[in-house]
Amino acid sequence: MANQNELIPHLFRTEYRKIISVLCKRFGFDHIEIAEDITSDTFLSASETWGLKGLPVNPTAWLYSVAKNKAKTFLQRDSHFQNKIAPEIKSALSGIQEPEIDLSDQNINDSQLQMMFAICHPSISTEAQIGLSLRILCGFGIEEIADAFLSNKETINKRLFRAKEKLRTEKVKIEFPKSSEINERLEVVLTTLYLLFNEGYYSTSQNMTLRKDLCLEAIRLCYLLVENNNTNQPSVNALLSLMCFHASRFEARINQNGELVLYDNQDTKLWNAELIVKGEHYLNLAATGNKLSKYHLEAAIAYWHTNKTDTKEKWENILQLYNQLLQIEYSPMAALNRTYALSKANGKEEAIVEAMKLNLADNHFYFTLLGELFTGINNKRALENFQIAHSLAKTQTDRQTIQYKIDNL
Amino acid sequence: MKEFLFVFRRDFTASAIQLSPEQLQSMMKPWQDWMGGLAAQNKLASSGNRLASEGKVVKSSKVITNGPYVEMKEAIGGYILVNANNMDEAAELAKGCPILTIGGNVEVRQVVPMDDNS
Repeated sequence: MANQNELIPHLFRTEYRKIISVLCKRFGFDHIEIAEDITSDTFLSASETWGLKGLPVNPTAWLYSVAKNKAKTFLQRDSHFQNKIAPEIKSALSGIQEPEIDLSDQNINDSQLQMMFAICHPSISTEAQIGLSLRILCGFGIEEIADAFLSNKETINKRLFRAKEKLRTEKVKIEFPKSSEINERLEVVLTTLYLLFNEGYYSTSQNMTLRKDLCLEAIRLCYLLVENNNTNQPSVNALLSLMCFHASRFEARINQNGELVLYDNQDTKLWNAELIVKGEHYLNLAATGNKLSKYHLEAAIAYWHTNKTDTKEKWENILQLYNQLLQIEYSPMAALNRTYALSKANGKEEAIVEAMKLNLADNHFYFTLLGELFTGINNKRALENFQIAHSLAKTQTDRQTIQYKIDNL
Repeated sequence: MKEFLFVFRRDFTASAIQLSPEQLQSMMKPWQDWMGGLAAQNKLASSGNRLASEGKVVKSSKVITNGPYVEMKEAIGGYILVNANNMDEAAELAKGCPILTIGGNVEVRQVVPMDDNS
């Protein structure tokens, strides 16, 4: 049986969001703090009781039943609820006297998805959406969120508080958007999940466990979306595929000292074959409909990266995918990666000419790319560019990566 | 930043260079790379559209003639919108257009903003 020290954090990750979503859906978004309190309280009881009496046979069922009882007690005792909220809830449920908390699989899944839509509401900023997702849907502590955002507890607390206030004044309901709105609202949800994943994958936070958890949480939430008929859209499958491909390299891209290992130097034996197969599976499922999302293109690019062998076909495909991606949405990183692919497909000379046209003089990746392109063609200019990149780099990891390239010139 | 329309024209008449399907296929990559290059500079405002080669022209006499040509033998094959600081920069960007390699040309025109009456 799993060690209790690992079991509670594990259950916290998987069950916190389920319980809070069900309670919050039941109480309404106005009372989200009460739902948060009851859920946290449930886990506190678990750690105390299980410590004293040992683990229950079914810890998850135990949590559900305790949460249910706490919620019922709350609904019955709280005078505010008795006088104001309870009648509303009762009339809404027409005739059901006993306050029932429905912790069936179906209601858990629906509640979580509806919660996702409520949190990813266009009325609050993307940062606030990610923060609330981490807090409510991923059960992250304020300190962990502050760590992930390289911020402090106070700022995060304020941000989450304001976001919840805003959702309340906007009277955001915990429900599925209308079918006419679902695609538009789903876009926002996908953006949040995409950023949540990137936060873990590209974050400068030194906390590796936390970073990996962020990625896994984003994958879990995306998985919930493909499991539901309302939200199982091609772009959702494409995003899930993208996440699987990237996550497959998680073990290979960070070494024992926590340093980033560049793609070219990664040990492919550390790539997770199972996740690559999953990535392919969801990419195939994404290949329906007539809308090509940026997730499709990014997943296809990631697919080509799952084979490390350099072939003309591989880089030509990657180049064309970047050409299309940039036409959908410009980003400096995509522009740089596209130029790298161009050097692999069409040769370094052409790529240097194109790179010179990119107006990214404040970006250390830009000078790293130039250094890379000049390597073997004009090593003096390569060195100059790597040196500028080194002076512009903001993190120790980035400086190490650039120093490595300088040493190898 | 101003917007510029790039209009691609080339001679489609029988006397012009006729491209085989293979040549047409091999023209695709330079186009994709050129458009990708504009997008990588964040200069592509709209990927525009490609036009089919058939067309008709309706003249003031209400006479309808076949062919997408007004007075010239060249016809418009497509258009895109580009962001540039001025006409010179826009014209410079047009120099890389693959249509120039097959005897075509690019007409560069500034888009007049809605609120500009000059």
